[in-house]
Amino acid sequence: MPVAAPLLLSALMFAAGVYGVLVRRHGVMLLMSVELMINAANINLITFSQLLRDPVGNIVVLFILAVTAAEVGIGIAIVMMLYRQRSTVAVDDLQLMKW
Amino acid sequence: MIVRQIAFWVLAGLSAISALFVVLTRNVVHAALGLAAALVAAAGLFILFGAEFVGLAQILIYVGAVVILFLFGIMLTSTAPGRPVVDNQQKGMAFLVAVGVFVVLAIGIVAAYGRRPLRLEVAFATSGLGNALFTRWILPFEAVSVLLLAALVGAIVLARKD
Amino acid sequence: MVSGGIREIAWLVAVLPLSAFFLIVFFGKRTPGAGAPIGILATGSAFLIGLGSFADAISRGGIVERSITWISFPSFHLELGIRVDGLASMMFVVVCLVSLLVQIYSLGYMHGDIRYTWYYAMLNLFTGSMLTLVIANNLVQLLVGWELVGICSYLLIGHWFEEKENSDAAIKAFLTTRTGDLGFDIGIFVLFVGAHTFNIGQLQSRVASGSVSTTVITVGAILLFAGAVGKSAQFPLHVWLPDAMAGPTPVSALIHAATMVTAGVYLVARIFGLFSASHAALAVISVIASITMVFAAVLACVQRDIKRVLAYSTVSQLGYMMAALSVGAATAGVFHLWTHAFFKALLFLGAGSVIHAVHSNDMHEMGGLRRFMPVTYATFIIGSLALAGVPPFAGFWSKDEIVAAAYTSGHKLVFVAALVTAFLTAFYMARACTLTFFGSYRRLPIAGGATDEHHHEHDLPHESPRSMTTPLLILAALSIVGGFVGIPGHNAFAGWIHLGAEHHGEFVPWIAVLSIVVAVGGIALGWRMYSGAQFGFGIVEPLERLGAVYRAALRRFYVDDFYLAVFVRPVQYRLSAFVYNILDQKVVDGAVNAVGKGTVLVGRAVRATDEGGVDGVVNGFARLTDKLSFGLRRTQTGNVQRYAVGLFVGVVVVAAVLIGGLR
Repeated sequence: MPVAAPLLLSALMFAAGVYGVLVRRHGVMLLMSVELMINAANINLITFSQLLRDPVGNIVVLFILAVTAAEVGIGIAIVMMLYRQRSTVAVDDLQLMKW
Repeated sequence: MIVRQIAFWVLAGLSAISALFVVLTRNVVHAALGLAAALVAAAGLFILFGAEFVGLAQILIYVGAVVILFLFGIMLTSTAPGRPVVDNQQKGMAFLVAVGVFVVLAIGIVAAYGRRPLRLEVAFATSGLGNALFTRWILPFEAVSVLLLAALVGAIVLARKD
Repeated sequence: MVSGGIREIAWLVAVLPLSAFFLIVFFGKRTPGAGAPIGILATGSAFLIGLGSFADAISRGGIVERSITWISFPSFHLELGIRVDGLASMMFVVVCLVSLLVQIYSLGYMHGDIRYTWYYAMLNLFTGSMLTLVIANNLVQLLVGWELVGICSYLLIGHWFEEKENSDAAIKAFLTTRTGDLGFDIGIFVLFVGAHTFNIGQLQSRVASGSVSTTVITVGAILLFAGAVGKSAQFPLHVWLPDAMAGPTPVSALIHAATMVTAGVYLVARIFGLFSASHAALAVISVIASITMVFAAVLACVQRDIKRVLAYSTVSQLGYMMAALSVGAATAGVFHLWTHAFFKALLFLGAGSVIHAVHSNDMHEMGGLRRFMPVTYATFIIGSLALAGVPPFAGFWSKDEIVAAAYTSGHKLVFVAALVTAFLTAFYMARACTLTFFGSYRRLPIAGGATDEHHHEHDLPHESPRSMTTPLLILAALSIVGGFVGIPGHNAFAGWIHLGAEHHGEFVPWIAVLSIVVAVGGIALGWRMYSGAQFGFGIVEPLERLGAVYRAALRRFYVDDFYLAVFVRPVQYRLSAFVYNILDQKVVDGAVNAVGKGTVLVGRAVRATDEGGVDGVVNGFARLTDKLSFGLRRTQTGNVQRYAVGLFVGVVVVAAVLIGGLR
């Protein structure tokens, strides 16, 4: 297959993730969209790792996995705190910085 | 070869559809499951591309822990089930932007790689990864450990009932 | 010119009373006696120095002239100096003596007065000013003294200014003499232009040497005489003197009998060299003097107020003196000034004594006072006889000399006028004496009687205190012997007063007899008409038989009315009103207000530009910023996802640019 194929897949996933970040109101959904974007990047890395036969890509992805896990943990904690304070998960409602 | 081709397209298609499903569905839980599917498909792709350890790690970590975390989060913050808390008014603009992003990326990809084929020849040995991880990449490894510890502590502190 | 002797310090004569003025003004109230002793002491000392000066002038003759430069201009200089000859020394004696006696008299007369200290200060200022005038060696200094005595006269006439009548009289005196002073000022300048000097001695010598044109001499002399007409109350500027009687009687005695009014006569005598050089000027003087003599004497005959009689008498006698000067008998004129000072002062002080006792000036309310006030009576009679020109009293000698000089110099008008005046003088003095001292006391004891100028009254009149009668006695003595210094044949006076070219008065016997006859005749007529007169309700003044003439005389022959209608009222009502209402209020105030309003408008305009323009710009910036920020802050939605949109748009754009660029 052409290299472009998995790369385009990752681009599609990334775009979907962008859409989700911009559109979704639920805090957790926001995080999920971010996950998608990260995953797209992962696919990119693995593809190039195979193309260039370099294991660096793999290692970086491993690191990304770890960091992402931490990030999600913190993110969920924040969403829960927010839910406790405001009784809402919709990020639209967080408008204290509004003019 | 053919098997691998077919496998790729199937997995790719699954992944793409799941990703779209995640951002288009109205149900949060469905979205979480869609995410899981997408991640699993991605893991398959990883294995296909010779990154066996990474693929498995992905399933373990992402699907096994992160998505579960998402589900926990959803469950703990649900007000009334079925109440639509999903999309905001930016759909039009966001769609345009997403399309824009995709187009730009696509053009870049195609222009850079065109018809270059991807030969699936290498499989990265786990031992090799392990070696590299503990020799050349030891510093990032330790740093990530600390990061995980910090995240752990942070999450506990943040989520405490105070 | 001589030097040395007491005349060197003659300037003290003027300075001492002036210093007394300042001392009394600043310290008078705090000293015992409230200033009077200071004045009397100063005037007394001045009198002694004056006496000494006179003695020196008599014995050595000549003139002592000393001066210092006062102000220096490029082409000339003004000097302050003294010129002490016999004439000036004589005036020292007269002025100081009468002033001294008046001040002593005032101790009693002005006792308890509301402005006692100020009165004494004024008297001394006047004395000093008069002496400055007398002693001056140049016309400018003389003018200074001249004006000062005018001011003092104003202030003293208006001493009791609470009554409008008194302050009106003071203003009238000042303005009338001022009118004459205008001519005086111009005359000084004319003479300066013609003779290039203010100095009296130089002036006379230049006139005599012929270096001054006759036109200048005549014009200058007549103009100077104009000042004399005002100050010495000659016709037509005589109108102020009768009204000046509103002042205290001692003031009348000093200023309006013996001193200030004689300043005009003194002036003519002092610069006689100038006047005698112009026949035209002398002619003018003689005409005016003659008119004055007769006019005033006639008016004196119809007065009810005893002081008014004396006032008109003074005007008339001043006419006598001027007439004498105009016919060339300068010494005679000055001699009459000398004798007149004594007996007129005596008469005024005597009148004051009477007024003080009776509390009224009106002779119709007097009568029979010789029993109540013997000293006053006796001295007054002596003064009257002297004035009437009865020998051997002082007035006879001086008057007779004038009449003789008029005749012998061929001035028929003056001669006739003098004789007529002598007759009238005797008549009105007899009338006055008879009404006042003879007959029975007419003052009705009913309450509500007139109050005198001191505003108090008691019942029967009695003699005045010694402070008042002593000066009377002294002056009476002088009225008797004062004339003896000028007896023809032994005329020492002429020897003292050298006045240059003049007509020497010889003694003409038949004229002397004529004078006596005229005087006695006048007295007899007066006595006949008024003795035994009883006035009360419905009794008529004998002179009323003259009908229209009498009434005209009562109205002062309408001279005052004429002045009032032609000069005073138009200025007072029309001119003043015009100046005030239109010029001052509309024009001046209008201009001032316009400036004010203009300033306000400018201020408002500035404020408008400041607020509208400057502030507008400043505020405009603020408002612009405000609107901008108001608009811009709408981008702060608080919605993170909206921000993210922006972010990604940017990413896309940048990526597109980069990738496009790479291709």
